[in-house]
Amino acid sequence: MVKQNGRIVTGAHYGLKDWLAQRVTAVLMVAYIVLFAVIVWISAPQNQVEWAAIFSYPGMRVASFLFLASLMWHAWVGVRNVLMDYIKSAAIRLTLQILVIVSLLAYLVWTAEILWS
Amino acid sequence: MTCIKEYNRLHLLAVKRIVIALNYHNKVLCMEAKLLKKQRPKHLNLFKISQPLPAIVSIMHRISGVLLFFPGIPLLLYGLQMLLESADSFQALLTLMQNPVVKGLVLLFVWFSLHHLCAGIRFLVLDLHYGVALAHARASSKWVLVVSVALTLAAGIVLW
Repeated sequence: MVKQNGRIVTGAHYGLKDWLAQRVTAVLMVAYIVLFAVIVWISAPQNQVEWAAIFSYPGMRVASFLFLASLMWHAWVGVRNVLMDYIKSAAIRLTLQILVIVSLLAYLVWTAEILWS
Repeated sequence: MTCIKEYNRLHLLAVKRIVIALNYHNKVLCMEAKLLKKQRPKHLNLFKISQPLPAIVSIMHRISGVLLFFPGIPLLLYGLQMLLESADSFQALLTLMQNPVVKGLVLLFVWFSLHHLCAGIRFLVLDLHYGVALAHARASSKWVLVVSVALTLAAGIVLW
C-alpha cells in the first residue's frame, strides 16, 4: 500500500507517471521550438550546407534528438489514451498499442540516422 | 322548498367543479408521466446537441494530436531528412514546396500543430487552477481558436 500522505512527484509512480510525462515532454518541446526558432531567425540559412551546419553542432544534435524523443513519448501517452477510450476489445487494443510502440521506436532510430549521418 | 332546490343546485355545481379539477389534475399527471418517460433513460446524441466551446477545443486537441502522430511524425522526419541529406534532396524539398497542394497540406499541419500547442498551453494553465471558472474557460477556449488560426494565416502569408 502506498501511503496517502507525503506523496512527492519523484517518488514511486502512484499512477501519475504518464500524466506527468505528458506535461514534462510538452514543456521540453516548447523550449526546443523557441530555441530552434531563434537560431534559425539569427542564422537565416539559405541552402543545404547552411542548414546542415546548424545541425552539425553536437549540442544541437542532442537537443534535436531529445526534442524528437519527447515527441515520440508524448505521442505514445496521447495515442494510448485515445486507444483506451475508443477501442473496447483488449486484443485489438493491445495489437494497436504494440504497433504504435514499434512505429515510434522505428521513428526514433530514423531520427538518430538523420541527425548523425 | 326553494331553499332545498338552491342547496341542491349549488351542491351539483361544486361537485362538477371538483370533477373538472380532478380531470385537469389527471391530465397534468399524465403529461408529466409522459415527459418523464421520454427523459429517462436519456440518450445524448453528440451530433444533435450543440457542444460548448471548451468541448470543441478539447476534441480538436485530440483529433489534431492523432493526426500529428500519423501522418505528422513520419512527414516531419521525411522533411528533416530531405532538408539535411544532400544538396539534391534539399532542392527536391524546395521543388516539392512549390506545389500548391503540398503548401496547403503543410499549412493544414501547421494549423494542427498550432491548435495543439495553444490548447495544450491552456490545459497546462488549467492544471495550475487558473481560469477554471466557466466564463474564463469559455474566453480562453475562444482565444485558443483565434490565436491558432491567426498564426496559421501568418504562416500562410510567409509560405506564399
